[in-house]
Amino acid sequence: MKLNQKNQVQMLKTFPKGGIHPAENKITSSIAIKRMPVPKVVYVPIAQHIGVPSEIIVERKDKVHIGQVIAKSGGFVSSNIHSPVAGTVTKLDMIVDSSGYKKQCIVIRTDEKDESNFENKEYPLKKDITMDQKDILKHISDSGIVGLGGATFPSHVKLDLKNDNHVDYLLVNGVECEPYLTADHRLMLEKADEIIVGIQILMHALHIKQAVIGIENNKKDAIKVLKTASQVDERINVAALQVKYPQGSEKQLIKAIVNREVPKGGLPMDVGVIVHNVGTIFAIYQAVQYDIPLMERVVTVTGKKLDAPSNFWVKIGTPIKDLVEEVGGIPEGTRKIVNGGPMMGKAIKNTDVPVTKGTSGILIISEEEASRQESKNCIRCSNCVFVCPMGLEPHLLMTLSEKGLYERASAEDIMTCIECGSCSYVCPSHRPLLDYIRFGKNIVKKLQTVKN
Amino acid sequence: MSISILYSVFLLTSLGAIAAIILYVVSKKFYVYEDPLIAKVDDILPAANCGGCGSPGCKAFAEKLVISEDISDLFCPVGGNNVMKQVAEILGKEVAEKDPTVAVLRCQGGCDVRPKTTEYQGPRSCAISSLVYGGETDCQYGCLGDGDCVDVCDFDAMYMDEKTGLPVIITDKCTSCGACVKACPRDIIEMRPRNKRDLKVFVGCLNLDKGGIAKKACEVACIGCSKCEDICPKDAVVMKDNLAYIDSELCTLCRKCVDVCPTHSIIETNFPPKKVKKPIEEKPKVELATKKETQLEVKAKVEVESEKPSTNA
Repeated sequence: MKLNQKNQVQMLKTFPKGGIHPAENKITSSIAIKRMPVPKVVYVPIAQHIGVPSEIIVERKDKVHIGQVIAKSGGFVSSNIHSPVAGTVTKLDMIVDSSGYKKQCIVIRTDEKDESNFENKEYPLKKDITMDQKDILKHISDSGIVGLGGATFPSHVKLDLKNDNHVDYLLVNGVECEPYLTADHRLMLEKADEIIVGIQILMHALHIKQAVIGIENNKKDAIKVLKTASQVDERINVAALQVKYPQGSEKQLIKAIVNREVPKGGLPMDVGVIVHNVGTIFAIYQAVQYDIPLMERVVTVTGKKLDAPSNFWVKIGTPIKDLVEEVGGIPEGTRKIVNGGPMMGKAIKNTDVPVTKGTSGILIISEEEASRQESKNCIRCSNCVFVCPMGLEPHLLMTLSEKGLYERASAEDIMTCIECGSCSYVCPSHRPLLDYIRFGKNIVKKLQTVKN
Repeated sequence: MSISILYSVFLLTSLGAIAAIILYVVSKKFYVYEDPLIAKVDDILPAANCGGCGSPGCKAFAEKLVISEDISDLFCPVGGNNVMKQVAEILGKEVAEKDPTVAVLRCQGGCDVRPKTTEYQGPRSCAISSLVYGGETDCQYGCLGDGDCVDVCDFDAMYMDEKTGLPVIITDKCTSCGACVKACPRDIIEMRPRNKRDLKVFVGCLNLDKGGIAKKACEVACIGCSKCEDICPKDAVVMKDNLAYIDSELCTLCRKCVDVCPTHSIIETNFPPKKVKKPIEEKPKVELATKKETQLEVKAKVEVESEKPSTNA
């Protein structure tokens, strides 16, 4: 047993503590990315990223063109938002977004006569990096690029290094450990060369000497394609990783590839690493080489019962119902529609919710798959402790949050929880562990801000 | 035989005597002086230990009352003016008089008028639900119906109405300790003055959405039409963000606003049913009232009728 484990570790890297392997269900991995037809109306929320919401700088009835800034960054940890279509601003309205609450949105009606909406420009591979460091960073910040893995952290904040020499590794996250999702997988297959150039741009801008692309071993074709593409630059390597959730989490990925542990409450920068998702790298490539701001992204629309699950290039702000229609409508017996993957995604209230920068997938789950079972008493099996990738005790954290013992929960490091949901997944008593932990985290965060 | 009994009696008595001496000495030596007033005040306080005054329990509040020089901003909501007066007499300090209040629920969105559009399977707690999303209905301001307020009520003054899915406040039992106000993540419960017959007029809605959207989500939502504001003779109705609010200090309980509200989102409580025979100049109002009453009657009839077949079946 021990020998077997050791062999595996030698063969494929992974993070040592916890983790699970849910059924992969990557139905759409062999389906090429299609371009969604231009939507008639787009709903662009102003809070699509972590941090301060952007400030709206357009008014009702304003005409906007593709790529025009319609909401500008509201602070350092914030991001610009660009119009994904050419058209007219019809309203500034409150729309239910993926948070489940009504949030401010800019509603733009697409101009059917404007040809720029419908032309499909070809962008040939552009390998030469002409810009200097400052220009590159400015382009990234102006183009409204945020982490496209799902956390939507503004990228320019990650790249704002106080000490350049400090960072020696650029890790590129092509793990996509969430079941069902294949957006990053398809992007790596179809845009491998562009991603390599994107990596070179970042290495050039930040003077980083080494880059590693981390890909789980269930995407063998992507590993092969990127290995071939990366031969042009010997500083870039591809690491095949063991298939394990939540390997796509920043901290777990760093541990898996370079065997460094990010300190509690620290950032990857503290251990000399920067992590970017492959989607972000491609967006950076487009922004720097062609000056295209972040207006569209790859979204996997999937589900076991769908007629034609697929991957799409989708304009930010497209209502999810357009996507659902494109794959053949909501099948019978659907329990929920999830924004994101099945593990960390969030069920949405209705299909009017727009696609935002953080939408990596739309998952349509049936009754049998998604219904929660009745929660029973904890039987102290400690499965949740075994699978927690952060080395926490989820059962304890849940009880503490439930009983209102927030200070003890804080002492038990509730804030280091990455909300991966592995504990809820394995719990044989179907206890809502993550629900309570998330609630406890929220209260602890509030208490900490009050204290400060 | 008798000696062994005597021995044990002697032994136990002497043990008891020694222990008594030790305890006496210790109690004298380590005596902590406590103001006898504290015990007196504590006796008067209602001993509910609800925390409504802001102190952790009645004893702590009694200490606070005795220690602080100015107690005009301290108040026991459960005991009310009566208790505070007695406290003032004992302590010889001045207390502020406050009008008695009672908790009211500012949401009428029961299951029949506010349709559920989604279903949530997570833990049933308002605090968690509100963290995750805007609720099972399309109204993101109203009651979530998971009963956090009922759980915190120490006086059994609240229960969940299974038919409507909303909490109900039993006014007679409510001590206005404010625990439910703190527990509600949506600030739906408000403390409003309680007068002798417990007459209240207030807006039973918190929906800030525009009229159409609010009405679509809930039949009895305030749609922000301002009719109540226009008709109020005392300017007690304030309109803000598509929502009316009735200032309890200015309101004279004339109930004109109740009649004009097109969505019946203004709640009146404990008023005697309006007399049908009234002076001639108030005729239009009477008509409205009778209409409402007949509507209610019809509703009641329908309910009775609908119940009959179910009992048969």
